[in-house]
Amino acid sequence: MLSYTEKIREIAGRLLQSGAVEMVIGFRAGTVPMMNEPHFAKTPADVQKLVWDSHCGINLANYLTDRKEKIGVLAKGCDSRNIVTHIIENKIKREQLVIIGVPCKGMVDKRKIAMKAETEITEVIEAETTITAKGHGFSKTFEKKDVLQHNCSLCIHRNPVIHDEMVAPPVVEQQGVDRYADVRSIAAMTPEQRWKYFEDLLAPCIRCYACRNACPLCYCPTCFVDESRPQWVGKSLDPSDVRTFHFLRAYHCAGRCTDCGACERACPVGINMRTFTKKLEQDCLDLFGWEVGLDPEVRPPLDVYRPQDPNDFIK
Amino acid sequence: MEHMGIEPGRLQFSWISSAESTKFVEVVTQVTAAIKALGPNSNFAKKMAEVA
Repeated sequence: MLSYTEKIREIAGRLLQSGAVEMVIGFRAGTVPMMNEPHFAKTPADVQKLVWDSHCGINLANYLTDRKEKIGVLAKGCDSRNIVTHIIENKIKREQLVIIGVPCKGMVDKRKIAMKAETEITEVIEAETTITAKGHGFSKTFEKKDVLQHNCSLCIHRNPVIHDEMVAPPVVEQQGVDRYADVRSIAAMTPEQRWKYFEDLLAPCIRCYACRNACPLCYCPTCFVDESRPQWVGKSLDPSDVRTFHFLRAYHCAGRCTDCGACERACPVGINMRTFTKKLEQDCLDLFGWEVGLDPEVRPPLDVYRPQDPNDFIK
Repeated sequence: MEHMGIEPGRLQFSWISSAESTKFVEVVTQVTAAIKALGPNSNFAKKMAEVA
């Protein structure tokens, strides 16, 4: 995956020079290790800042919403599925985009590394399958597969579903992944245990809305949590308000969430709010045979009526 | 909702035409009875701030 950087710069430089696009959206190194940030390259000097490694977890589809210019965008499997969703939802036109596909082997979870480090990490060196974190008087090497983001370890769409260019040949997709073990473990609980489980899960939430801002699906001009007339949800840290927010946020993602993990990654207190969206994802698969963002020509299940739609819950 | 810990039966859905007044009465009676049996829903109730 490390060899991608040169190829990405070559493609980006070529697209900008030929005038095919006005800007290329990719990643540049962040100011601290393991925190790459989005980069909008418009000049040859900008192109030289583009990088690719295992810290490119942010979903770049988030930066395409309602753009008017021609854009080249880097897309991992999940980004490409969110781009498809954006096209379906008329947030960007396919003709505006040159999609530079990046076959992905999973992104590293910075928290998993930080938790195993004895001091603050000041430098991270990456090899093909390992990653070495260094701090003051400390150095430790991890196998990448042991420190992947949880959603990446469950991913079955690592290759981009649509692309105009590819930076490398497709990678092998993971087979036989049990994607819904955590949903089943919650389903096995009693209602009281479930309520307690989510109460504990959401207890650290500070309502910063980082999960919403990082999510490419959350593009409403005014979010329901920010509206005050009418005020749909209380703005306090009372558990019922926090839960209402997370619950409604998840519902807005039903049949649209690609499990890219941007929400969980952005959370400053490490809440796994994917627990909510995973259930909806599984329901969409079981009830409608739907996997998000695989084809721009197919309307999502909550968007169309089919006579065979399940309706046993209506009395 | 039930996945999140709401009691089964707390949330119910019905499809009633504006012409089906009898069905409306039946459903309302059934739902009211079912919810009364479940008791008050304390899950979403906000507690008063505890003051020392």
